[in-house]
Amino acid sequence: MGLLSSGDRHGYDLKREHDAVFSGAKPLAFGQVYATLERLQKKGYVMAGQVERVDGPDRTVFSLTDGGRDELDRWLAEVEAPAPHVANPLAVKAMIALLVGTEAQASRYLADQRAAHLERMRHYTNRKSDPSVAVTEMLAADYAIAHLDADLTWLGLALDRMTQLAAGVASASSRNVLSEHTSVSASPTLESEPSA
Amino acid sequence: MNTHAPEPITDSSASTVAGSAPPTNGRDLAVSGQSLVYSYGSAPALRGITVEVARGELLAVTGPSGSGKSTLMLCLAGLLRPDAGEVRLGDRIISTESEAARSELRRSEIGVLFQFGQLVAELTAAENVALPLLLSGVKRKPAIAAATIWLDRFGVADQADSRPTQMSGGQGQRVAAARAMVTEPSVLFADEPTGSLDGLAGEQVMTQIVRVAREASTTVVVITHDAKVAAYCDREIVVRDGLLEGGVS
Repeated sequence: MGLLSSGDRHGYDLKREHDAVFSGAKPLAFGQVYATLERLQKKGYVMAGQVERVDGPDRTVFSLTDGGRDELDRWLAEVEAPAPHVANPLAVKAMIALLVGTEAQASRYLADQRAAHLERMRHYTNRKSDPSVAVTEMLAADYAIAHLDADLTWLGLALDRMTQLAAGVASASSRNVLSEHTSVSASPTLESEPSA
Repeated sequence: MNTHAPEPITDSSASTVAGSAPPTNGRDLAVSGQSLVYSYGSAPALRGITVEVARGELLAVTGPSGSGKSTLMLCLAGLLRPDAGEVRLGDRIISTESEAARSELRRSEIGVLFQFGQLVAELTAAENVALPLLLSGVKRKPAIAAATIWLDRFGVADQADSRPTQMSGGQGQRVAAARAMVTEPSVLFADEPTGSLDGLAGEQVMTQIVRVAREASTTVVVITHDAKVAAYCDREIVVRDGLLEGGVS
């Protein structure tokens, strides 16, 4: 409906424009375009107009109705619920790595994952730095970068926690060693107590 | 353990700013630090770190606060002399040179850009950019002419007569970047170059730095805690507790 808001289109044009605007998304199948138009027609949001023939088969031109425009405005004003993200595979894998492995194993995974995320972020940064890039692709790249950045922030924080955890374990181990030495030197006294 | 591939949004793979990374096999290095050790009093900041930066490479040095990344930059840029280890600029060992010799290098071979551009408030943008040339003995007229060219390369030629207080943060930082590049150094060091800027202004600064550095074949070392800034570079190394994460440069 967004594409129809700027003027009447037939299905082929809608598919072509969608694929251009959302160039990173999966291209629309023609069947999906016509199924959607049919559904929108049934709801009264879109109506079929004249049939055109331009270098090929007949093509029906569709236009947005007033009801469709209202529905589009309502949808645009509707706030999307933020995704919870707590079950993200990254977080799950790091937690499982800690449960079944060691903090060194989890740290290695986090560092490798960070490198993979940064590589992907580099790709989008290159794309949006291209002077010829379309504003829609730039926005898509901004969106991807912002989400990757959120993951990278978490990955960095998780790595810091692993480092802290490792330092805590090392410190506790050295305390245990010290305490063992103290116990050994103290044990004759302890052993001698019952007979005392 | 397999890493989880981040979801692509676009399949386009054209590379424009970062391009391809030069080889870092140690054969053609612009700057390197070998087993660098540095302490502030009894607090160790660098604990034997080795870094190699290939000529023309853009390297991001990241890490948490206090990890030693800024100290590493100061040692590589000749602003600090390491307690142990060796810094080379090309083939020249600079870590054992006098402060005067290192200072001379910073006026010719090394450019440094800090988070808060540190422009001289009393001078215009053109005069600020011309300053390193004037200090090296270049006459005022050619120095200002060169400064104007560099301001243009960073997209702030229209600010040539403005003083720092009359410019936005992004414009000021681009003037500071032009000043760092006016001597056409072989290596530019940038410490949190967008740290004081908002998203779009920071993006403009990084885009300009990378584009100009690519055109001038300048090696760039960027110190940053921001992954979005690191993503402008060819390669990232992570400094943690005075050492390289993973132990490789």
